[in-house]
Amino acid sequence: MNEKNISLIESAFKEYYFNRFDLIHVPKRATEREFGYQKFNSGMIRHLAIKNDKELHLLLMKEIPSDVYCSNAYYTFPNLPMSEKDWKGADLIFDIDAKDLALPCRKDHTIFKCSSCNSSVIEFQSQCPKCGSTKFETASVMCKNCISESKKEVTKLVDILTSDFDIKKEEIEVYFSGNEGFHIRVTNSDYEPLGSQERADLVDYIMFNGAIPESFGMKRQNNSKSSLPTLEEKGWRGRIAHRLFTSKSKTPKITKEIISSGYTAFQVQLEEIKKTMGVRVDPKVTMDIHRIFRLEGSINSKSGLSKIQCDNLDSFDPFLEACLLGDDNVQILADCPLQIKLKNKKFGPYKNELVSLPKYAAVYMLCKGLGNAI
Amino acid sequence: MTNLFEDNLNSYEIIWKIPSHGKTLVNQQDNQIFKLSKNKENVLKIGIKDLAKYPFLTEAGEYLANTGLSLEQLSHPDWKPIVEKAYGRIVVASSGQIYGSDLESLDNDSELLSFIVAIILLKSAGIATLIRRFSLAEARRSERFLQQDLWVSRDKKNLELPLKIIQDLFAVKVSIDNDEFVIKVPDYLQRAVHFHEKEWKLVNRRVTNGFVYLSAHETVRLIRAELGEYINGKIQSVNIQSIPQGFKQRVEDLVILAKKFSDTTFVSSEYPPCVKHGIEVLEKGENLPHSGRFLLATYLLSKGQTVDQIAPLFKNAPDYNERTTKYQLEHISGSSGSGTKYQCPSCEKLRSESLCFATSDCDGIINPIQFGKKRKNK
Repeated sequence: MNEKNISLIESAFKEYYFNRFDLIHVPKRATEREFGYQKFNSGMIRHLAIKNDKELHLLLMKEIPSDVYCSNAYYTFPNLPMSEKDWKGADLIFDIDAKDLALPCRKDHTIFKCSSCNSSVIEFQSQCPKCGSTKFETASVMCKNCISESKKEVTKLVDILTSDFDIKKEEIEVYFSGNEGFHIRVTNSDYEPLGSQERADLVDYIMFNGAIPESFGMKRQNNSKSSLPTLEEKGWRGRIAHRLFTSKSKTPKITKEIISSGYTAFQVQLEEIKKTMGVRVDPKVTMDIHRIFRLEGSINSKSGLSKIQCDNLDSFDPFLEACLLGDDNVQILADCPLQIKLKNKKFGPYKNELVSLPKYAAVYMLCKGLGNAI
Repeated sequence: MTNLFEDNLNSYEIIWKIPSHGKTLVNQQDNQIFKLSKNKENVLKIGIKDLAKYPFLTEAGEYLANTGLSLEQLSHPDWKPIVEKAYGRIVVASSGQIYGSDLESLDNDSELLSFIVAIILLKSAGIATLIRRFSLAEARRSERFLQQDLWVSRDKKNLELPLKIIQDLFAVKVSIDNDEFVIKVPDYLQRAVHFHEKEWKLVNRRVTNGFVYLSAHETVRLIRAELGEYINGKIQSVNIQSIPQGFKQRVEDLVILAKKFSDTTFVSSEYPPCVKHGIEVLEKGENLPHSGRFLLATYLLSKGQTVDQIAPLFKNAPDYNERTTKYQLEHISGSSGSGTKYQCPSCEKLRSESLCFATSDCDGIINPIQFGKKRKNK
């Protein structure tokens, strides 16, 4: 990123970090966690110990980081090298990203930016219409559909966590990630000691990965003796029963059909069910027990929006509630082929034009690579 | 005083019967094999039959302490049948079989005593392979009883002992829901991840309200490895100061037995085709994907090579960096990072990563490290 853009963004971030102490706190058990941060155009600085809010605020004001992270893991010595930290356990974390949901709307708001002439187009093209280059960078913004589809995944996840794993609602924190998705953190001491492999199996359960027909009563041989799950059952068996039978009266007829179609057909059916009912989380995040995860309250430099907790997921609007930078006007050269909506105001589309925008909108475009400071 | 088991943690009353073989056991406090535990709370009654099934329980130590039997007495010719029984128990275990106890004889203490004598013989011979095999076989023997006890008494509400064994030894709380056994999801995950069969994946289990549902057989299967380790640990903690004269012959026999076992496998020095392929790619200076490098590292580490021996192999890689390579190898070997020693990926995994180049020599193996390992008698 060029120096002018950095200085505009940093000044906006600085203002936020100076003025919004009320939103930025260290998580519980902060002294056992590892912290890290990044500055624009520079590498990650990690293995930091931060004891309290005061130390955190001091670091933010001094360094004006582009991104701030904190471990989900608890360590005896969080500031020592990884091998000496003495891992004690970790919160369960989940990452749901609209980019991973294969949504049909994505193509309408993914912008291809030519790497050589910088011109932007919305539709994918193999060659830049302006200069003929074949190299593109992509930038994406989130649309209403992305938000509501991501929220559905969060709801599915919370349902499995509470009903199958007996995790209490109070132990589940849902955050807007600051860019295009949601982060979920579970603090439950029973799950804290689980290692990476155990978390991988847990995430397979949540995603409905690796289910075999036998677990749902379908036999490979002699399948007339198969006994499918019932509507009264809980967990995945109950969920599958609801999906297959919809109602009690239809159960005998549908059971007959499924059994006569056979084992392989049922296996295919399970695969289909996985696509819609399995929760689409990023398994790598949940499996990683040494990750430093974006700190709540901090700004995401991919968008200029903040990672904040969603108290009411249904009504949560990230473009309103997570857009927390200042609103005094700044001039930028915007090249944004899409209209975006922030704080209930519409901006763009702009075709390489000089515009005066509120700081939050200007920073959003700069962070997305859709504009330049002048 | 020769103390076999030093722990005083147990808190149960022992009901012991006069041994049925008619020997009088004189209480000689100054020459006991077992130390008497002090903190007794009358919670659970464990009989000699239970000790015959689960001779590794701390209560076995108490039982023997009460008999006052000493090592020297055990080496008396009168006790020869017990020594022979003990030796037989080891021989059976070392061949990978499970020692079949005569159910009739569970009521006398020869089952328990032969287990104790077996431990003395094993410790005196001091051969780790034999101790491991014995521990595993004994774990599997007890597993059968545990499963039986769970199953038979599930509706009689008489599950205290089997459930207590599982809870006390392995900190797993097992409860009953109707006819089934339930354990907490995290307890399940920590054990089931070591099994590779699909039916053990959490997604293939019945899960409700934080609990996983299991049959008696599955419950016991889940803790087999830990039971083996527990028995192994118990044996390791035993301290034998001198071997009684009457045991010497059988100890020597064990040393001979162990030799026979150590050379039953013939290990080919040749690498499996997937490993050969990886080495060739690297030698040509071509790029080997991360999963391929991981295969090489885990395979060679499992064959006893050191990080320093393996590191030069990656020198030709286009992105070679000495420090990074060493760091990664040390991480994989478990000497740095989380301390986890990574295992060589299975043939199935390699197939899905397009790293498998199986030949007919690979028939019947499920992991590259088994390549070239054939039993002599085949």
